[in-house]
Amino acid sequence: MSTLTKDEHQRVVKAIGREPNAIESGIFTVMWSEHCCYKSSKRYLKQFPTTGSRVLLGPGENAGILDIGDGIAIAFKIESHNHPSFIEPYQGAATGVGGILRDIFTMGARPVALMDSLHFGERSHPRTQYLLDGVVSGIGGYGNCMGIPTIGGETHFQECYNGNILVNAFALGVMRSNKIFKGIAKGVGNPVILVGSKTGRDGIHGASMASGAFDADSQSKRPTVQVGDPFTEKKLMEACLEAFQIEGAIIGIQDMGAAGFTCSSFEMSARADTGMVLHLDKIPLRETGMTPYEIMLSESQERMLLVAPKGREAELKKVFEKWELEFAVVGEVIAEKKVQGFFNGEKVFELPVKPVTDEAPIYERAVASPQNGRGLSPLGPIPPMLHPRTYQDDEKFIWSQYDHMVGANTIVGPGADAAVIRIRENGALIAMTVDSKARWCFADPYWGAVHTVAEAARNLSCVGALPIGVTDCLNFGNPENPEIMWELAECCRGLAEACRRFETPVTGGNVSLYNETEGKSIWPTPVVAMVGLLPVGVNPVTSEFKEDGDLIYKIGLVTGDQGLEKTIPPLDWDLELKVQTFCREAIAKGLLQSAHDDPEIPSQIVVSLKPENETKFVALAHTNQCPLTKKGVVVPGTKY
Amino acid sequence: MKFAVIQFPGSNCDQDCLYVLRDILKQEAVLLWHDSADLQNADCIILPGGFSYGDYLRTGACAARSPIMKAVSAFADRGGLVLGICNGFQILCEAGLLPGVLMRNKNLKFICDDCSLTLERTDTPFTARYKPGAKIDMPIAHMDGNYYIDDAGLKRLEKNNQIVFRYANNPNGAKADIAGIINEKGNVLGLMPHPERASEEVLGGKEGLELFQSIILSLRA
Repeated sequence: MSTLTKDEHQRVVKAIGREPNAIESGIFTVMWSEHCCYKSSKRYLKQFPTTGSRVLLGPGENAGILDIGDGIAIAFKIESHNHPSFIEPYQGAATGVGGILRDIFTMGARPVALMDSLHFGERSHPRTQYLLDGVVSGIGGYGNCMGIPTIGGETHFQECYNGNILVNAFALGVMRSNKIFKGIAKGVGNPVILVGSKTGRDGIHGASMASGAFDADSQSKRPTVQVGDPFTEKKLMEACLEAFQIEGAIIGIQDMGAAGFTCSSFEMSARADTGMVLHLDKIPLRETGMTPYEIMLSESQERMLLVAPKGREAELKKVFEKWELEFAVVGEVIAEKKVQGFFNGEKVFELPVKPVTDEAPIYERAVASPQNGRGLSPLGPIPPMLHPRTYQDDEKFIWSQYDHMVGANTIVGPGADAAVIRIRENGALIAMTVDSKARWCFADPYWGAVHTVAEAARNLSCVGALPIGVTDCLNFGNPENPEIMWELAECCRGLAEACRRFETPVTGGNVSLYNETEGKSIWPTPVVAMVGLLPVGVNPVTSEFKEDGDLIYKIGLVTGDQGLEKTIPPLDWDLELKVQTFCREAIAKGLLQSAHDDPEIPSQIVVSLKPENETKFVALAHTNQCPLTKKGVVVPGTKY
Repeated sequence: MKFAVIQFPGSNCDQDCLYVLRDILKQEAVLLWHDSADLQNADCIILPGGFSYGDYLRTGACAARSPIMKAVSAFADRGGLVLGICNGFQILCEAGLLPGVLMRNKNLKFICDDCSLTLERTDTPFTARYKPGAKIDMPIAHMDGNYYIDDAGLKRLEKNNQIVFRYANNPNGAKADIAGIINEKGNVLGLMPHPERASEEVLGGKEGLELFQSIILSLRA
């Protein structure tokens, strides 16, 4: 578990002009943890493109928001729950889903889809099956109960994750574009209200646990994992969405995730340039004898902090009581820019807001590229991520445990290049995919990251959707190791460049460092979740061949069929964009029966079409200056 | 003609049912909150899928004892049409409106999948629009769909012709491949598959829609 370093402690003393007490020290520890303040990665994240005509809200809030027209917007985000899931796979994964869903509905959006990116250790490792079972049933257990379909995702198995699995959860929600809620504590004298579950002792120091490396005792950290209650979260979601409908009754709202009460109170104050007085004894508790320290640092799930205009409490209380949830006025907004905590009339802490939220140290950690490079050849062939046959078995095992149809909007479900969901509000079709290429990123972090983005965009193009935005989850090893920092720096450079080229702004995301056990780091694993929009009236295309006699074409170059044997090939930007644009146009014109790409081969898509559409298809390829190769005809049993 | 969909705090297929009834079938349909006992003069009550009160106990056990279920029981006694889908089927069994019980799936895992069903009866208010012996595709999504009844009970079900849907390929261990049953009187149907998820071509098929259309047909008669 990480604590403040000596330097950080000195920094705290300087900022507040005295020694912090134990609670204050705890607050700084979690708020300045890697998990909460991105102190190692911040400088690299700055280069991501974050603006665009559709961006209503970029990074910095609970989730990014994109405009999809007709007054409708989508909010989406991906987040990691790696460390908790390795310690206690069911609850770790379940609360990962719970957390990302709260991030979405706290913005005012109704969640409509989930996806996940999972990385496990090698299949033969004794813990892998246990972790796979637990994580999958945890994700299913939470999402299924909430009634949010899990419609896509990816799963990989590789030795480097033996001691550090990755569980990244993505959620997407739908909202009115003029009804965005933010985590701000505006209006002096307004009540600060805690809604949802009671506060217990679970998850204390979760954020700082997630900011440390594992050792042989990681099992003893089980009590730092939160316990999920999807039924309560379902009620909390419905109650919040109902409360948002009461005009002007909520000023600001923030989910209480990592670092619970601490993070929400300080961040909401910081965004509004205000402060808060908190009465910790007014917080409904799950057990007696909890100390102010435990209350401030509890990561009990299914809680929200909100600020309402004074006098509107009763209207809100009615909604939360209808849903049988806790509703407690626990403090008020003050003009002074500090957060004060009282417990049974006694002041137990008082801290200025800005040093806690904005003056966390930003580290320029040492960066060093590996001496002999990382080309694949000097290392010999890197084992593939997984065996295809096993993968299909696992896929079915995983998908069948997720309710991917609830909501009755799943147009293309799991197993496709990209999943597609219908937005009932305006009939729009939103495609989404989550991709990673850790093996490529290990061999060449820059080009590996570029290819990750390119593949995500290609997956969307294969169903006919135009990529419109990205949320990313950066999973890396120990940032105190200069070579890991080189991986992070190079991957970020690649992601930034690729997101610029594909015109997919990054609207938010998450960084998970210290994915290291007993000195062994995971491969650099940036996970890209990309969202796309199908043109009005266009039906998505799926990957499987449809009819015998259909013609098979390969869009793109035929070279590269060998995959990567020696080095990671640079991406041919121009060709990749041409291939994708042409594929989308052909789908929009209704020329294609199927489209599918091979994740190992960039800038290439295999499609099938009815013979009568061949002339138009070839002509369109010429217009787009896109190379084509005819590969044959679909006969019974044809596979890629 | 009026439909009512019961909303428990953990229901999550209530909106999907409303959507099919209101938007696709253009019927009047209301949501009824679980702690009321007023059925608002509905002609057909639907207990939707979901997790009623979290289902941390046996699924449907708490919901079967909720205020609204007393009203639903009385409504069923008077001959009113009651349809229980998935969690709704579990609740109907727990409430004693249908015989038997839904146990955990044989593989002890949640199963969400497309499912092929064989229809055993077309002379019920819920299945009149189907062709006799039809093969029907409807998805399932449940953790506890393993229907169980003792041998005497099964004999009674078979003798009274109460088995309405059977799985073509039993996914969950259900006794006698049972996917859906009706009460003796013929006005309460429970089934594990989700007809509301099979009500539009764009979602992969609309063979579930005919179940709702059958209800409309029989209410008109």
